[in-house]
Amino acid sequence: MAEKSELQYTAEHEWVLVDGNVATVGITDFAAGKLGDIVFVDLPKVGATVAEGKIVGEIESTKSVGELFAPVAGTVVESNDAVADSPELVNSDPFGEGWLVKIEFTELPSMLSLDEYTALTGE
Amino acid sequence: MTDVSSSEASSAESSPTAVRYSPLHNIHEQLGAAFTDFAGWMMPVRYSSDLAEHHAVRTAAGIFDISHMAEIHVRGADAGAYLDYALAGKLSGIALAQAKYSLLLNEAGGIIDDLVTYRLADDHFLVVANAGNRFAAATALTERAADFDVVVTDESDDYALIAVQGPVSRAILEATAGLGDFATPLDELKYYRETAATFNGTDLIIGRTGYTGEDGFELYIHVDAVADLWAALTVAGEPLGLVPAGLACRDTLRLEAGMPLYGHELNLSTFPVQAGLGRVVALSKEGDFVGRTAIEAGPDADARVLVGLAAEGRRAGRADYLIFDGDTEVGVITSGALSPTLGHPIAMAYVDPAVSEVGTELHIDVRGSRIAASVVSLPFYKREA
Repeated sequence: MAEKSELQYTAEHEWVLVDGNVATVGITDFAAGKLGDIVFVDLPKVGATVAEGKIVGEIESTKSVGELFAPVAGTVVESNDAVADSPELVNSDPFGEGWLVKIEFTELPSMLSLDEYTALTGE
Repeated sequence: MTDVSSSEASSAESSPTAVRYSPLHNIHEQLGAAFTDFAGWMMPVRYSSDLAEHHAVRTAAGIFDISHMAEIHVRGADAGAYLDYALAGKLSGIALAQAKYSLLLNEAGGIIDDLVTYRLADDHFLVVANAGNRFAAATALTERAADFDVVVTDESDDYALIAVQGPVSRAILEATAGLGDFATPLDELKYYRETAATFNGTDLIIGRTGYTGEDGFELYIHVDAVADLWAALTVAGEPLGLVPAGLACRDTLRLEAGMPLYGHELNLSTFPVQAGLGRVVALSKEGDFVGRTAIEAGPDADARVLVGLAAEGRRAGRADYLIFDGDTEVGVITSGALSPTLGHPIAMAYVDPAVSEVGTELHIDVRGSRIAASVVSLPFYKREA
Protein backbone atom coordinates (compact mmCIF):
# COMPACT_ATOMS: atom_id res chain seq x y z
CA MET A 1 0.00 0.00 0.00
CA ALA A 2 1.34 3.37 -1.06
CA GLU A 3 1.71 6.32 1.26
CA LYS A 4 -1.24 8.66 0.90
CA SER A 5 1.17 11.53 0.30
CA GLU A 6 2.58 9.75 -2.77
CA LEU A 7 -0.83 9.60 -4.43
CA GLN A 8 -2.70 12.10 -6.54
CA TYR A 9 -6.41 12.69 -6.14
CA THR A 10 -9.50 13.79 -8.03
CA ALA A 11 -12.55 15.77 -6.95
CA GLU A 12 -14.54 12.56 -7.55
CA HIS A 13 -12.77 11.02 -4.53
CA GLU A 14 -10.48 8.75 -6.50
CA TRP A 15 -6.78 8.25 -5.91
CA VAL A 16 -4.16 7.65 -8.58
CA LEU A 17 -0.74 6.04 -8.14
CA VAL A 18 1.52 6.76 -11.09
CA ASP A 19 4.22 4.24 -11.95
CA GLY A 20 5.85 4.96 -15.31
CA ASN A 21 3.00 5.16 -17.82
CA VAL A 22 0.53 3.14 -15.72
CA ALA A 23 -1.94 4.72 -13.31
CA THR A 24 -3.43 2.55 -10.57
CA VAL A 25 -6.86 3.89 -9.56
CA GLY A 26 -8.97 3.41 -6.46
CA ILE A 27 -11.44 5.35 -4.34
CA THR A 28 -10.44 7.12 -1.15
CA ASP A 29 -11.26 6.03 2.39
CA PHE A 30 -13.49 9.11 2.57
CA ALA A 31 -15.51 7.89 -0.42
CA ALA A 32 -15.66 4.32 0.86
CA GLY A 33 -16.87 5.58 4.24
CA LYS A 34 -19.55 7.71 2.62
CA LEU A 35 -20.82 4.79 0.55
CA GLY A 36 -20.98 2.38 3.47
CA ASP A 37 -20.54 -1.35 3.00
CA ILE A 38 -19.65 -2.00 -0.62
CA VAL A 39 -21.38 -5.09 -1.99
CA PHE A 40 -20.84 -4.89 -5.76
CA VAL A 41 -18.17 -3.48 -8.03
CA ASP A 42 -18.47 -3.31 -11.81
CA LEU A 43 -15.10 -2.59 -13.45
CA PRO A 44 -14.06 -2.03 -17.08
CA LYS A 45 -12.55 -4.97 -18.95
CA VAL A 46 -8.87 -5.30 -19.73
CA GLY A 47 -8.20 -3.76 -23.13
CA ALA A 48 -11.00 -1.23 -22.88
CA THR A 49 -10.21 2.29 -24.03
CA VAL A 50 -11.30 4.89 -21.52
CA ALA A 51 -11.65 8.65 -21.82
CA GLU A 52 -10.73 11.03 -19.04
CA GLY A 53 -13.69 11.98 -16.86
CA LYS A 54 -16.03 9.37 -18.36
CA ILE A 55 -17.92 6.79 -16.33
CA VAL A 56 -16.21 3.41 -16.57
CA GLY A 57 -17.70 1.46 -13.66
CA GLU A 58 -19.99 1.32 -10.67
CA ILE A 59 -19.53 0.82 -6.97
CA GLU A 60 -22.63 -0.24 -5.05
CA SER A 61 -23.10 -0.27 -1.31
CA THR A 62 -26.05 -1.56 0.65
CA LYS A 63 -27.52 1.93 0.51
CA SER A 64 -26.32 3.67 -2.61
CA VAL A 65 -24.56 3.54 -5.96
CA GLY A 66 -21.39 5.39 -6.89
CA GLU A 67 -19.92 5.84 -10.35
CA LEU A 68 -16.29 5.23 -11.17
CA PHE A 69 -14.75 7.82 -13.48
CA ALA A 70 -11.57 7.34 -15.44
CA PRO A 71 -9.16 9.92 -14.01
CA VAL A 72 -6.89 9.56 -17.05
CA ALA A 73 -7.42 8.64 -20.70
CA GLY A 74 -5.86 5.41 -21.88
CA THR A 75 -6.22 1.65 -22.00
CA VAL A 76 -7.20 -0.62 -19.13
CA VAL A 77 -4.31 -3.03 -18.57
CA GLU A 78 -5.54 -4.67 -15.38
CA SER A 79 -8.79 -4.88 -13.45
CA ASN A 80 -8.81 -6.03 -9.82
CA ASP A 81 -10.54 -9.43 -9.88
CA ALA A 82 -10.11 -9.77 -6.10
CA VAL A 83 -12.34 -6.76 -5.58
CA ALA A 84 -14.96 -8.11 -7.96
CA ASP A 85 -15.09 -11.27 -5.83
CA SER A 86 -14.75 -9.50 -2.47
CA PRO A 87 -16.09 -5.95 -2.78
CA GLU A 88 -15.57 -5.41 0.96
CA LEU A 89 -11.85 -4.99 0.21
CA VAL A 90 -12.70 -1.45 -0.92
CA ASN A 91 -13.86 -0.70 2.63
CA SER A 92 -11.15 -2.57 4.50
CA ASP A 93 -8.16 -1.45 2.41
CA PRO A 94 -9.16 1.28 -0.06
CA PHE A 95 -5.55 2.37 -0.76
CA GLY A 96 -4.17 -1.17 -1.00
CA GLU A 97 -5.93 -4.40 -1.84
CA GLY A 98 -9.05 -2.42 -2.71
CA TRP A 99 -7.51 -0.81 -5.82
CA LEU A 100 -9.80 -0.98 -8.84
CA VAL A 101 -8.11 -0.60 -12.25
CA LYS A 102 -4.75 0.08 -13.87
CA ILE A 103 -4.79 2.36 -16.90
CA GLU A 104 -1.92 2.82 -19.35
CA PHE A 105 -1.80 6.46 -20.34
CA THR A 106 0.20 8.75 -22.59
CA GLU A 107 -0.61 12.04 -20.91
CA LEU A 108 -1.35 12.75 -17.27
CA PRO A 109 -3.87 15.46 -16.41
CA SER A 110 -3.40 17.80 -13.50
CA MET A 111 -4.73 16.28 -10.27
CA LEU A 112 -4.93 17.19 -6.58
CA SER A 113 -2.24 16.72 -3.96
CA LEU A 114 -3.11 15.11 -0.62
CA ASP A 115 -3.30 18.56 1.00
CA GLU A 116 -5.60 19.86 -1.72
CA TYR A 117 -7.78 16.78 -1.50
CA THR A 118 -7.94 16.94 2.29
CA ALA A 119 -9.02 20.57 2.05
CA LEU A 120 -11.78 19.47 -0.32
CA THR A 121 -13.23 16.86 2.00
CA GLY A 122 -12.74 18.95 5.11
CA GLU A 123 -11.36 16.00 7.05
CA MET B 1 -16.57 8.55 -7.80
CA THR B 2 -19.88 10.29 -7.24
CA ASP B 3 -22.85 9.20 -5.23
CA VAL B 4 -25.72 8.99 -7.68
CA SER B 5 -28.49 7.55 -5.57
CA SER B 6 -29.22 7.24 -1.90
CA SER B 7 -32.50 6.52 -0.20
CA GLU B 8 -31.47 7.54 3.29
CA ALA B 9 -32.57 11.12 3.20
CA SER B 10 -35.36 10.93 0.68
CA SER B 11 -37.92 9.16 2.83
CA ALA B 12 -40.00 12.04 4.00
CA GLU B 13 -40.37 15.75 3.70
CA SER B 14 -38.15 17.87 5.84
CA SER B 15 -39.75 19.73 8.69
CA PRO B 16 -40.08 23.45 8.09
CA THR B 17 -37.72 24.30 10.96
CA ALA B 18 -33.93 24.21 11.08
CA VAL B 19 -32.08 20.91 11.39
CA ARG B 20 -32.78 19.12 14.67
CA TYR B 21 -30.50 17.03 16.82
CA SER B 22 -31.44 14.06 18.95
CA PRO B 23 -30.90 14.33 22.72
CA LEU B 24 -28.42 11.47 22.13
CA HIS B 25 -26.41 13.35 19.52
CA ASN B 26 -23.29 13.73 21.68
CA ILE B 27 -23.25 10.01 22.38
CA HIS B 28 -23.49 9.26 18.66
CA GLU B 29 -20.59 11.60 17.95
CA GLN B 30 -18.49 9.90 20.62
CA LEU B 31 -19.32 6.55 19.02
CA GLY B 32 -18.04 7.83 15.68
CA ALA B 33 -21.37 7.73 13.87
CA ALA B 34 -21.85 8.99 10.34
CA PHE B 35 -24.97 11.13 10.13
CA THR B 36 -27.72 11.70 7.61
CA ASP B 37 -30.54 14.19 7.35
CA PHE B 38 -33.74 12.27 7.96
CA ALA B 39 -36.93 14.31 7.86
CA GLY B 40 -35.06 17.35 9.10
CA TRP B 41 -33.19 15.48 11.86
CA MET B 42 -29.47 14.77 11.88
CA MET B 43 -29.54 11.07 12.76
CA PRO B 44 -26.94 8.28 12.82
CA VAL B 45 -26.87 6.43 9.50
CA ARG B 46 -24.20 3.97 10.65
CA TYR B 47 -21.62 3.61 13.40
CA SER B 48 -19.23 1.12 11.83
CA SER B 49 -20.72 -1.03 9.09
CA ASP B 50 -24.29 -1.30 7.79
CA LEU B 51 -23.85 -5.03 7.25
CA ALA B 52 -22.36 -5.74 10.67
CA GLU B 53 -25.14 -3.77 12.35
CA HIS B 54 -27.76 -5.57 10.27
CA HIS B 55 -26.40 -9.00 11.16
CA ALA B 56 -26.10 -8.06 14.84
CA VAL B 57 -29.84 -7.29 14.96
CA ARG B 58 -30.67 -10.63 13.29
CA THR B 59 -28.39 -12.68 15.56
CA ALA B 60 -28.02 -10.71 18.84
CA ALA B 61 -29.29 -7.14 19.20
CA GLY B 62 -28.96 -3.56 18.05
CA ILE B 63 -29.77 -0.32 19.84
CA PHE B 64 -31.31 2.43 17.70
CA ASP B 65 -31.97 6.07 18.43
CA ILE B 66 -35.33 6.87 16.85
CA SER B 67 -36.05 9.97 18.89
CA HIS B 68 -37.16 11.74 15.72
CA MET B 69 -40.46 9.83 15.83
CA ALA B 70 -43.52 11.84 16.91
CA GLU B 71 -45.61 11.11 20.03
CA ILE B 72 -49.18 12.40 20.09
CA HIS B 73 -51.40 11.75 23.09
CA VAL B 74 -55.18 11.37 22.95
CA ARG B 75 -56.96 11.67 26.28
CA GLY B 76 -60.65 11.88 27.12
CA ALA B 77 -63.90 9.98 27.57
CA ASP B 78 -64.40 9.70 23.78
CA ALA B 79 -60.82 8.64 23.01
CA GLY B 80 -61.72 5.25 21.54
CA ALA B 81 -64.68 6.51 19.49
CA TYR B 82 -62.63 9.48 18.29
CA LEU B 83 -59.78 7.28 17.04
CA ASP B 84 -62.30 5.03 15.27
CA TYR B 85 -63.34 8.15 13.35
CA ALA B 86 -59.88 9.64 12.86
CA LEU B 87 -57.98 6.47 11.88
CA ALA B 88 -58.69 3.58 9.53
CA GLY B 89 -58.59 0.87 12.20
CA LYS B 90 -60.92 0.07 15.07
CA LEU B 91 -58.84 1.39 17.94
CA SER B 92 -61.72 1.25 20.43
CA GLY B 93 -61.51 -2.51 20.10
CA ILE B 94 -57.98 -2.98 21.39
CA ALA B 95 -57.34 -4.09 24.95
CA LEU B 96 -55.59 -2.09 27.63
CA ALA B 97 -51.82 -2.11 26.96
CA GLN B 98 -52.30 -3.39 23.43
CA ALA B 99 -50.68 -1.76 20.38
CA LYS B 100 -52.10 -1.57 16.87
CA TYR B 101 -50.69 -0.58 13.49
CA SER B 102 -53.03 1.82 11.71
CA LEU B 103 -53.35 4.39 8.96
CA LEU B 104 -54.30 8.05 8.97
CA LEU B 105 -56.25 8.58 5.75
CA ASN B 106 -57.45 11.68 3.98
CA GLU B 107 -60.97 12.05 2.53
CA ALA B 108 -59.74 10.70 -0.82
CA GLY B 109 -58.52 7.47 0.81
CA GLY B 110 -54.85 8.46 0.48
CA ILE B 111 -52.43 7.80 3.32
CA ILE B 112 -51.31 10.80 5.41
CA ASP B 113 -49.21 8.56 7.66
CA ASP B 114 -48.87 5.07 9.05
CA LEU B 115 -48.87 4.89 12.83
CA VAL B 116 -48.62 2.66 15.84
CA THR B 117 -51.15 3.37 18.60
CA TYR B 118 -50.82 2.11 22.17
CA ARG B 119 -53.74 1.99 24.62
CA LEU B 120 -52.26 3.32 27.86
CA ALA B 121 -55.63 3.48 29.69
CA ASP B 122 -59.30 3.12 28.78
CA ASP B 123 -59.44 6.81 27.92
CA HIS B 124 -55.81 7.41 26.96
CA PHE B 125 -53.96 6.43 23.77
CA LEU B 126 -50.46 7.21 22.53
CA VAL B 127 -50.22 7.65 18.75
CA VAL B 128 -46.72 7.39 17.28
CA ALA B 129 -46.22 9.04 13.89
CA ASN B 130 -43.29 9.29 11.48
CA ALA B 131 -40.98 12.26 11.96
CA GLY B 132 -41.60 13.57 8.46
CA ASN B 133 -45.35 13.49 9.00
CA ARG B 134 -45.41 14.88 12.53
CA PHE B 135 -47.13 18.13 11.68
CA ALA B 136 -49.48 16.66 9.09
CA ALA B 137 -50.54 13.96 11.54
CA ALA B 138 -50.91 16.30 14.51
CA THR B 139 -52.91 18.76 12.41
CA ALA B 140 -55.26 16.10 11.06
CA LEU B 141 -55.72 14.49 14.47
CA THR B 142 -56.48 17.87 16.06
CA GLU B 143 -58.97 18.88 13.35
CA ARG B 144 -60.80 15.57 13.64
CA ALA B 145 -61.24 15.99 17.41
CA ALA B 146 -63.68 18.90 17.12
CA ASP B 147 -66.86 16.90 17.84
CA PHE B 148 -65.38 14.57 20.48
CA ASP B 149 -64.65 14.84 24.19
CA VAL B 150 -60.90 14.40 23.75
CA VAL B 151 -57.72 16.40 24.10
CA VAL B 152 -55.05 15.81 21.44
CA THR B 153 -51.54 16.93 22.37
CA ASP B 154 -48.34 16.66 20.35
CA GLU B 155 -45.75 15.86 23.04
CA SER B 156 -42.98 14.84 20.63
CA ASP B 157 -40.52 17.38 21.99
CA ASP B 158 -40.69 15.79 25.45
CA TYR B 159 -39.98 12.25 24.27
CA ALA B 160 -36.89 10.42 23.23
CA LEU B 161 -37.22 6.92 21.80
CA ILE B 162 -34.76 4.05 21.90
CA ALA B 163 -35.38 0.76 20.12
CA VAL B 164 -33.59 -2.40 21.24
CA GLN B 165 -34.14 -5.04 18.57
CA GLY B 166 -32.94 -8.59 18.16
CA PRO B 167 -33.30 -12.04 19.71
CA VAL B 168 -31.46 -11.18 22.94
CA SER B 169 -33.36 -7.91 23.52
CA ARG B 170 -35.36 -9.16 26.50
CA ALA B 171 -32.26 -10.42 28.28
CA ILE B 172 -30.66 -7.02 27.79
CA LEU B 173 -33.60 -5.10 29.25
CA GLU B 174 -33.79 -7.48 32.19
CA ALA B 175 -30.08 -6.96 32.88
CA THR B 176 -30.23 -3.16 32.64
CA ALA B 177 -29.40 -1.45 35.94
CA GLY B 178 -32.04 1.02 37.07
CA LEU B 179 -34.75 -0.33 34.79
CA GLY B 180 -37.63 -1.85 36.76
CA ASP B 181 -41.14 -1.46 38.18
CA PHE B 182 -42.55 -3.25 35.14
CA ALA B 183 -46.37 -3.23 35.28
CA THR B 184 -46.13 -6.42 33.23
CA PRO B 185 -42.96 -8.51 33.57
CA LEU B 186 -41.08 -8.62 30.28
CA ASP B 187 -41.29 -12.40 30.06
CA GLU B 188 -45.09 -12.05 30.10
CA LEU B 189 -45.24 -9.06 27.76
CA LYS B 190 -46.56 -10.27 24.42
CA TYR B 191 -45.66 -8.87 21.02
CA TYR B 192 -47.55 -5.64 20.27
CA ARG B 193 -48.24 -4.96 23.94
CA GLU B 194 -46.80 -2.23 26.17
CA THR B 195 -45.98 -1.90 29.82
CA ALA B 196 -45.24 0.99 32.14
CA ALA B 197 -41.87 0.89 33.91
CA THR B 198 -39.35 3.21 35.51
CA PHE B 199 -35.68 3.97 34.94
CA ASN B 200 -33.95 5.43 38.00
CA GLY B 201 -37.27 6.95 39.05
CA THR B 202 -38.25 8.30 35.61
CA ASP B 203 -41.44 6.86 34.11
CA LEU B 204 -41.20 5.22 30.74
CA ILE B 205 -43.35 3.24 28.36
CA ILE B 206 -41.93 0.05 26.88
CA GLY B 207 -43.61 -1.40 23.81
CA ARG B 208 -42.79 -4.85 22.52
CA THR B 209 -42.82 -3.40 19.03
CA GLY B 210 -40.35 -2.57 16.32
CA TYR B 211 -39.47 -2.14 12.68
CA THR B 212 -36.88 -4.82 12.04
CA GLY B 213 -38.73 -8.13 11.85
CA GLU B 214 -37.08 -9.29 15.08
CA ASP B 215 -38.32 -9.50 18.62
CA GLY B 216 -37.58 -6.24 20.38
CA PHE B 217 -38.66 -3.29 22.42
CA GLU B 218 -39.22 0.42 21.99
CA LEU B 219 -38.59 2.58 25.05
CA TYR B 220 -40.33 5.96 25.29
CA ILE B 221 -38.73 8.20 27.91
CA HIS B 222 -38.33 11.89 28.69
CA VAL B 223 -35.51 13.54 26.75
CA ASP B 224 -33.70 14.45 30.00
CA ALA B 225 -33.30 10.79 31.05
CA VAL B 226 -32.51 9.19 27.71
CA ALA B 227 -28.72 9.55 27.72
CA ASP B 228 -28.45 7.63 31.00
CA LEU B 229 -30.87 4.99 29.70
CA TRP B 230 -28.82 4.53 26.50
CA ALA B 231 -25.68 4.12 28.62
CA ALA B 232 -27.30 1.60 30.97
CA LEU B 233 -28.70 -0.46 28.09
CA THR B 234 -25.31 -0.44 26.40
CA VAL B 235 -23.50 -1.62 29.53
CA ALA B 236 -26.00 -4.44 29.99
CA GLY B 237 -26.08 -5.31 26.31
CA GLU B 238 -22.46 -5.32 25.21
CA PRO B 239 -21.67 -8.72 26.79
CA LEU B 240 -24.69 -10.10 24.92
CA GLY B 241 -23.62 -8.74 21.55
CA LEU B 242 -25.55 -5.45 21.48
CA VAL B 243 -24.21 -2.89 19.02
CA PRO B 244 -25.35 0.63 18.19
CA ALA B 245 -27.25 0.48 14.92
CA GLY B 246 -28.02 3.25 12.43
CA LEU B 247 -30.75 4.12 9.97
CA ALA B 248 -29.01 2.35 7.07
CA CYS B 249 -29.44 -1.09 8.63
CA ARG B 250 -32.87 -0.11 9.94
CA ASP B 251 -33.89 0.32 6.31
CA THR B 252 -32.51 -3.04 5.10
CA LEU B 253 -33.99 -4.79 8.16
CA ARG B 254 -37.49 -3.40 7.59
CA LEU B 255 -37.23 -4.10 3.85
CA GLU B 256 -36.41 -7.77 4.48
CA ALA B 257 -39.36 -7.88 6.88
CA GLY B 258 -41.63 -6.46 4.15
CA MET B 259 -42.55 -3.42 6.22
CA PRO B 260 -43.56 -0.29 4.30
CA LEU B 261 -41.73 3.00 4.69
CA TYR B 262 -43.79 6.16 4.34
CA GLY B 263 -42.66 8.15 1.31
CA HIS B 264 -41.59 4.96 -0.45
CA GLU B 265 -44.38 2.35 -0.28
CA LEU B 266 -47.00 4.70 1.19
CA ASN B 267 -48.05 8.21 0.19
CA LEU B 268 -51.04 10.50 -0.25
CA SER B 269 -52.00 8.99 -3.61
CA THR B 270 -51.81 5.33 -2.59
CA PHE B 271 -54.85 3.43 -1.37
CA PRO B 272 -54.21 1.02 1.52
CA VAL B 273 -55.39 -1.95 -0.54
CA GLN B 274 -52.72 -1.25 -3.16
CA ALA B 275 -50.07 -1.50 -0.46
CA GLY B 276 -51.46 -4.81 0.80
CA LEU B 277 -52.91 -3.01 3.83
CA GLY B 278 -56.59 -3.59 3.10
CA ARG B 279 -56.93 -5.52 6.36
CA VAL B 280 -55.73 -2.44 8.29
CA VAL B 281 -58.89 -0.60 7.23
CA ALA B 282 -61.82 -1.71 9.42
CA LEU B 283 -64.68 -1.29 6.96
CA SER B 284 -66.86 -3.38 9.26
CA LYS B 285 -66.66 -0.90 12.13
CA GLU B 286 -69.77 1.13 12.89
CA GLY B 287 -70.02 4.77 11.97
CA ASP B 288 -68.09 6.97 9.63
CA PHE B 289 -64.35 7.44 9.49
CA VAL B 290 -62.27 9.80 7.42
CA GLY B 291 -61.69 8.25 4.01
CA ARG B 292 -64.46 5.66 4.26
CA THR B 293 -66.42 6.71 1.17
CA ALA B 294 -63.33 6.74 -1.01
CA ILE B 295 -62.07 3.42 0.38
CA GLU B 296 -65.45 1.76 -0.25
CA ALA B 297 -65.35 2.98 -3.87
CA GLY B 298 -61.78 1.65 -4.08
CA PRO B 299 -59.00 2.44 -6.51
CA ASP B 300 -59.32 1.76 -10.24
CA ALA B 301 -59.27 -1.92 -11.15
CA ASP B 302 -55.94 -1.46 -12.94
CA ALA B 303 -54.29 0.42 -10.06
CA ARG B 304 -50.81 -0.92 -9.36
CA VAL B 305 -50.25 -3.16 -6.36
CA LEU B 306 -47.27 -3.69 -4.09
CA VAL B 307 -45.27 -6.87 -4.62
CA GLY B 308 -41.96 -8.34 -3.56
CA LEU B 309 -39.28 -8.97 -6.17
CA ALA B 310 -36.26 -11.24 -5.81
CA ALA B 311 -33.32 -11.41 -8.19
CA GLU B 312 -30.05 -13.28 -8.50
CA GLY B 313 -26.54 -11.88 -8.39
CA ARG B 314 -25.53 -8.79 -6.46
CA ARG B 315 -26.87 -5.82 -8.46
CA ALA B 316 -29.89 -4.48 -6.67
CA GLY B 317 -32.80 -2.59 -8.12
CA ARG B 318 -33.40 0.55 -6.10
CA ALA B 319 -36.13 3.11 -5.53
CA ASP B 320 -37.52 4.59 -8.78
CA TYR B 321 -36.01 1.92 -11.05
CA LEU B 322 -38.54 0.73 -13.62
CA ILE B 323 -39.95 -2.80 -14.01
CA PHE B 324 -40.51 -4.32 -17.45
CA ASP B 325 -42.45 -7.27 -18.81
CA GLY B 326 -40.75 -7.72 -22.17
CA ASP B 327 -40.60 -4.20 -23.60
CA THR B 328 -43.61 -2.98 -21.65
CA GLU B 329 -43.10 -0.90 -18.53
CA VAL B 330 -45.27 -2.50 -15.84
CA GLY B 331 -44.07 -1.00 -12.58
CA VAL B 332 -41.57 0.84 -10.44
CA ILE B 333 -39.46 -0.08 -7.42
CA THR B 334 -40.15 1.78 -4.17
CA SER B 335 -37.38 0.20 -2.01
CA GLY B 336 -34.60 -2.18 -2.97
CA ALA B 337 -31.27 -3.49 -1.74
CA LEU B 338 -28.98 -6.46 -1.75
CA SER B 339 -30.49 -8.36 1.19
CA PRO B 340 -27.78 -8.81 3.82
CA THR B 341 -29.57 -11.79 5.38
CA LEU B 342 -30.59 -13.57 2.16
CA GLY B 343 -27.57 -12.64 0.04
CA HIS B 344 -29.52 -11.72 -3.09
CA PRO B 345 -31.25 -8.54 -4.30
CA ILE B 346 -34.77 -7.85 -3.04
CA ALA B 347 -37.17 -5.04 -3.74
CA MET B 348 -40.67 -3.84 -3.12
CA ALA B 349 -42.38 -2.48 -6.21
CA TYR B 350 -45.73 -1.31 -7.49
CA VAL B 351 -46.70 -3.29 -10.58
CA ASP B 352 -49.74 -3.71 -12.81
CA PRO B 353 -52.18 -6.24 -11.33
CA ALA B 354 -51.75 -8.47 -14.42
CA VAL B 355 -48.12 -9.17 -13.49
CA SER B 356 -48.49 -9.24 -9.70
CA GLU B 357 -48.88 -12.98 -9.17
CA VAL B 358 -46.18 -14.78 -7.26
CA GLY B 359 -43.85 -16.49 -9.72
CA THR B 360 -44.26 -13.93 -12.51
CA GLU B 361 -40.92 -13.32 -14.25
CA LEU B 362 -40.12 -9.65 -14.87
CA HIS B 363 -37.07 -7.45 -15.49
CA ILE B 364 -35.63 -4.53 -13.57
CA ASP B 365 -33.89 -1.77 -15.50
CA VAL B 366 -30.73 -1.27 -13.44
CA ARG B 367 -29.17 1.82 -14.99
CA GLY B 368 -29.55 0.50 -18.49
CA SER B 369 -29.07 -3.23 -17.85
CA ARG B 370 -32.00 -5.63 -17.57
CA ILE B 371 -31.89 -7.82 -14.48
CA ALA B 372 -34.28 -10.79 -14.25
CA ALA B 373 -36.52 -10.76 -11.16
CA SER B 374 -39.40 -12.89 -9.90
CA VAL B 375 -42.47 -11.79 -8.01
CA VAL B 376 -42.30 -13.34 -4.53
CA SER B 377 -44.57 -13.18 -1.50
CA LEU B 378 -43.86 -10.73 1.31
CA PRO B 379 -42.15 -10.68 3.73
CA PHE B 380 -38.79 -11.74 2.34
CA TYR B 381 -37.63 -12.68 5.83
CA LYS B 382 -39.57 -13.99 8.81
CA ARG B 383 -37.96 -14.82 12.13
CA GLU B 384 -38.44 -18.28 13.56
CA ALA B 385 -41.32 -18.32 16.01
